[in-house]
Amino acid sequence: MRALLAGALLVGVLALPGMREALERVMATHMLVQIPLLAVAGAVAVTGLGPEWKLRIDAWNRGGVSGMLLALIASSWWMVPRALDLALASPAMELTKFVTLPLMVGVPLALSWDRLGAIGRGFVIANVLPMWAVVGWLYIVAPVRLCNFYLVEQQVAAGFGLLGASVVLGVAVGALAFRGVGSPSLKGVSGER
Amino acid sequence: MREPLASWLRTAATSLIIGAGGGGLLALGTDTFRVFTSEQARRNAVERAPRALPKVALEDQDGRPFDLAAYHGRPVAVSFMYTGCRSVCPLASQGFERLDRAEWSRSSAGDGRLQLISVSFDPRDTPDRLREYASLYRADGRGWRFARVREMRDLGLLLRTFGIVVIPAPGGDFQHNAAVHLVDAEGRLARVLDPDAAPDQVDRALADMASTRNLAAKAPAR
Repeated sequence: MRALLAGALLVGVLALPGMREALERVMATHMLVQIPLLAVAGAVAVTGLGPEWKLRIDAWNRGGVSGMLLALIASSWWMVPRALDLALASPAMELTKFVTLPLMVGVPLALSWDRLGAIGRGFVIANVLPMWAVVGWLYIVAPVRLCNFYLVEQQVAAGFGLLGASVVLGVAVGALAFRGVGSPSLKGVSGER
Repeated sequence: MREPLASWLRTAATSLIIGAGGGGLLALGTDTFRVFTSEQARRNAVERAPRALPKVALEDQDGRPFDLAAYHGRPVAVSFMYTGCRSVCPLASQGFERLDRAEWSRSSAGDGRLQLISVSFDPRDTPDRLREYASLYRADGRGWRFARVREMRDLGLLLRTFGIVVIPAPGGDFQHNAAVHLVDAEGRLARVLDPDAAPDQVDRALADMASTRNLAAKAPAR
């Protein structure tokens, strides 16, 4: 219950008009602060879910496959420049953002990550991080403005942010993997119970 | 043994639904994975469904009042700019200068001539400033007119209809999406091209617009 409240509170704070205005005025904070935090809110909220509910969901989410797919598809939309413009231009799309990021990215991610085996996690990480790097690079080198609502300098800053996040996370994951910290989850490969 | 198999099947079915539904929505949002920016979406939308333009009172660099409806019956190219712009507008204005030359060399000064209109969205652009700007590009002020809205309150409607987003930038500058907007003989916005579109690209688009219109005219009446 407390987790649910914490998640809802985070969404509520992010939805405050002043907060929305402040985070959305700059492309980098829109993409790299507001959007991830909305997903985090969903992930936090779902930790409060009772074990019987988790079991019930697991029956539809073996190995975290369907949940991960949902999170990947929903999150990829919010990396499209047009989606950022639409969120600023249309209240309906802004509402969609505030609903889909917690419920269709954060919640399924939290419910599925533990269920994924080491290979599944590696697959997701090895796909998502390079995608961020490529999108970030495109934002940096694009000869045109990709978002009508953001200045070119902001696009470049957001690009460096995405690229930086990808590199930092990549190095961190790589370091953990080679130190063997991730190995306990290898159990997931040999035989999941 | 039955339970895990059943849950794997359920998971597979759920994934299929998520993949199909989510993929479908992504395809919808990106025009089947071809459109990732709102500028491209705007261009496609205009081409698919030409837009009627609002009747907005304009005045040109000599303070003469007019509106876009005055050019019904012949094609018009419209661009949005401001005279203080140092980034994309000079590029667009050089493009218009090329178009202007091409029209003159064709000596089609009559009804067939492509009318060029550069509309400023900067309240600081007075007719005097527009005239000064016109002379920079050796525009005669007739075949290529420089204009602003007579009433500032009309500006929002005009920009919205064209799909232009103007945001103030530091130093009194603006950032905005620049393009060549082609208005057909019926006075509808029918094509949006790159701001530096070459004369032959514009010609092709105009020919394309004309043939689409003829096809529509030839279509059997319901």
